[in-house]
Amino acid sequence: MSGYEKELLRLAVVGSVDDGKSTLIGRLLFECGGLFEDQVASVKKATAKRAAEHLGRGLQELVGTADPEALDFSLFTDGLRAEREQGITIDVAYRYFSSGKRKIIVADTPGHLQYTRNMATGASTADAAVILVDARLGVLPQTRRHAYLSALLGIPYLAVAVNKMDLVGFDPEVFARIGSELGDFCRSLGFEQVRLFPVSASGGDNVTRASARTPWHQDGTLLGWLESLPHQRRLDQAPLRFPVQYVLRPHLDYRGFAGQVVSGRVSVGDELLALPSGRRTRVTAIDTFEGQLAQASSPQSVALRLSDEIDVGRGDLLVHPDQAPLSLRRLEARLVWFGERPLNTGHRYLIKHSTQTVSARFEQVLGRLELEDLSEVPADSLALNDIGRVRLSTARPLLCDRYRDNRHTGAFIVIDPASNDTVAAGMILEAVQEVGGQEGSLVTAEQRAQRLGHQAAVVLLPTGTAPSVVQRLEQGLIERGLLAAIARDPETASALAGAGLIALVAPGSPAMLRGFQDVLRGSASLELRPPNDPERWVGELSAALELRS
Amino acid sequence: MTSPPSHLDLLEAESIHILRETVAELANPVMLYSIGKDSQVLLHLARKAFHPAPLPFPLLHVDTGWKFREMYSFRDQFVAQHRLRLLIHRNEAALASGINPFDHTSQKYTHAVKTQPLLEALKLHGFDAAFGGARRDEEKSRAKERVFSFRDSQGQWDPRRQRPELWSLFNGRVDAGESMRVFPLSNWTELDVWHYVLRERIPVVPLYFAAPRPVIERSGTLLMVDDERMRLRPGEQPSLRRVRFRTLGCYPLSGAIDSSATTVEAVIAEMQEARQSERQGRLIDHDEEGSMELKKREGYF
Ligand SMILES: Nc1nc2c(ncn2[C@@H]2O[C@H](COP(=O)(O)OP(=O)(O)O)[C@@H](O)[C@H]2O)c(=O)[nH]1
Repeated sequence: MSGYEKELLRLAVVGSVDDGKSTLIGRLLFECGGLFEDQVASVKKATAKRAAEHLGRGLQELVGTADPEALDFSLFTDGLRAEREQGITIDVAYRYFSSGKRKIIVADTPGHLQYTRNMATGASTADAAVILVDARLGVLPQTRRHAYLSALLGIPYLAVAVNKMDLVGFDPEVFARIGSELGDFCRSLGFEQVRLFPVSASGGDNVTRASARTPWHQDGTLLGWLESLPHQRRLDQAPLRFPVQYVLRPHLDYRGFAGQVVSGRVSVGDELLALPSGRRTRVTAIDTFEGQLAQASSPQSVALRLSDEIDVGRGDLLVHPDQAPLSLRRLEARLVWFGERPLNTGHRYLIKHSTQTVSARFEQVLGRLELEDLSEVPADSLALNDIGRVRLSTARPLLCDRYRDNRHTGAFIVIDPASNDTVAAGMILEAVQEVGGQEGSLVTAEQRAQRLGHQAAVVLLPTGTAPSVVQRLEQGLIERGLLAAIARDPETASALAGAGLIALVAPGSPAMLRGFQDVLRGSASLELRPPNDPERWVGELSAALELRS
Repeated sequence: MTSPPSHLDLLEAESIHILRETVAELANPVMLYSIGKDSQVLLHLARKAFHPAPLPFPLLHVDTGWKFREMYSFRDQFVAQHRLRLLIHRNEAALASGINPFDHTSQKYTHAVKTQPLLEALKLHGFDAAFGGARRDEEKSRAKERVFSFRDSQGQWDPRRQRPELWSLFNGRVDAGESMRVFPLSNWTELDVWHYVLRERIPVVPLYFAAPRPVIERSGTLLMVDDERMRLRPGEQPSLRRVRFRTLGCYPLSGAIDSSATTVEAVIAEMQEARQSERQGRLIDHDEEGSMELKKREGYF
């Protein structure tokens, strides 16, 4: 063993121009030995050169001490400023450093208002975020925005670095004011942990070393915090999700399903459900280059062998039968729009979710986030860097989870097939929801669902499903504690679902099915595969609709 | 025993995911093979990703004709031992016309014997994805490189057409003639690569380890006299010195460092002490960085 096996932490650092983000990251890299001597030497030279230029222009106050050993830490990573001047795309940059037991990957994201896209990119994989605040300026709308976006993208840990404390004389009052202003707001966003640090990035106070100039601060250093964060192991306790990525078929006697255990764990002998086919199978082997494993857990990349010759391919999902994911064709999602062209509800897009790519349409924009005050306002479309809520429908069901339950199976990207560009990032909120609510009622769909323990739905069965089968499904659901009823026309189905029930409908002909679809447009109907095995069918539907406690 | 996965385990899982995504989404991938340590690690990861099946793509070595002799022998032996499919492509016309690393600027040389034949080979075989071993920590300008880097039908990189990359969802869609460069080692550092070489016992070219070698010192850089084509300047006399290389390329352009490290452990120990960036030894980069500075200055004054 090399003694170099560290824990990995992904960190997003966000700040507005001139808050000191480059300086802070440069300081972290430098003090953690993430920089090489030749890089340090060249920054030393550049620092001196800049000082000389300032002196030449009579800008003594910008120089500080004329120390030939002085380092302008911002120059280690700076590049953005120059690019901005040259009009080049501002982008996320990645930096790397190690501390005692952690390797840290820093997503260096410019946080200016119009760079929502960059921040979303950097935040999408981050375990923790550091937001910079200039102590002299205090909490700005921008700061709230950064915190809000970090929470939206599901980052559990947040640190606010109140920077340039040297310029306010390390005044504890200033720090406390910012803390009280921001603390409550951040806590309301649902982070698992929020911390504030009084720092001077240029002076090195409370970055990696506790500062003698802030004796009133007992909460340690930023680096100490990064090292103390719980190691990210939450997803290996979550339900198993194994999206099949690629089928290995070196010869006729071997068929391995290659993929990454994106959450949970899987063992040899486990019974698995293959979706969307609904077939059950068993794991006979977990293969890796090093040999077979008895168990694999998130985020290992392995190959599974299964007991039956079932038809499984890329895009399919393997799960444990009692932990089925949602299967949604119509859903509500939050989007961060990246495209130069605004979202077009008449346009067909592609959605890449896990390992499948499906065709999709955005039916409706439900609202747009007003970045100034973080309120939601009505909107018809979303433009570059807008964040909004949409309702969409996909050509095939997405086997997914809510983003807040699983960052892997709850996320997708949107691709414009005309340009092949990635035009948006999406986070799954829930199945389309207005079923279960009734016009003119004060009781919400949520309250009904809470009372009944499951969500409402209109379930469209394939045309020609025999009445006796429909009856068995209804009975099965009731026995499992779900309130179901059979409806013969769309209006009844809507009314039942409006009251919180699960309405089962089996149109007698394709024409009738279309009639149902027309009337039910805009409500959450589920279309399911034929109930060949009613018991399993009931189990899967229940899993999709039951509220998780 | 369920100790949490280490960062090397996570980097490995991520790289394997990227390799598999590429093969699943693109029609005709190839792996660029430069015989260096990064290539060896990448190849090792690829073998893991598709085990027990053979690699579902060939390797491509764009040969400048000026690599170290030990690199060629290592390549041939390694490829034979693992029964890998290797394509070798050279710009014969340029080499016949006498392009060489002595008389031509590094930019012209690189273009003629590396860039151009690479694009030629990709076109010739219709490859729509090429894996490369580049890492983001190699230099500042790479820090923003995507894992899936889009190239238009001319093989050109256009910053405005690079796609945002969120989560581990990569968009590998290309139209006819367009292609992707894919960098599965994006998040690895030089130190990660060496620790992984150690952990996985990955064979690398012996030039990475110290041995007495005939070198000359030219403007502060140690160059190895690997064959009789090396042009010596008046007064230059090769002498034996214990040196090793941190990066390998064309021998007249690769700087060696004094070292006594003969094992991977010793290389790692030296690296952690002597903290020079690995690009320091690459003459080509110095040249490029210099000219970049120049361009900037021309723009400013
Ligand atoms: N006095 C003081 N100046 C700082 C501090 N941190 C950064 N600066 C200065 O603030 C300016 C902007 O810093 P920079 O890191 O480039 O900001 P960025 O735009 O957020 O990357 C530079 O002139 C820094 O030297 C600090 O803690 N104290």
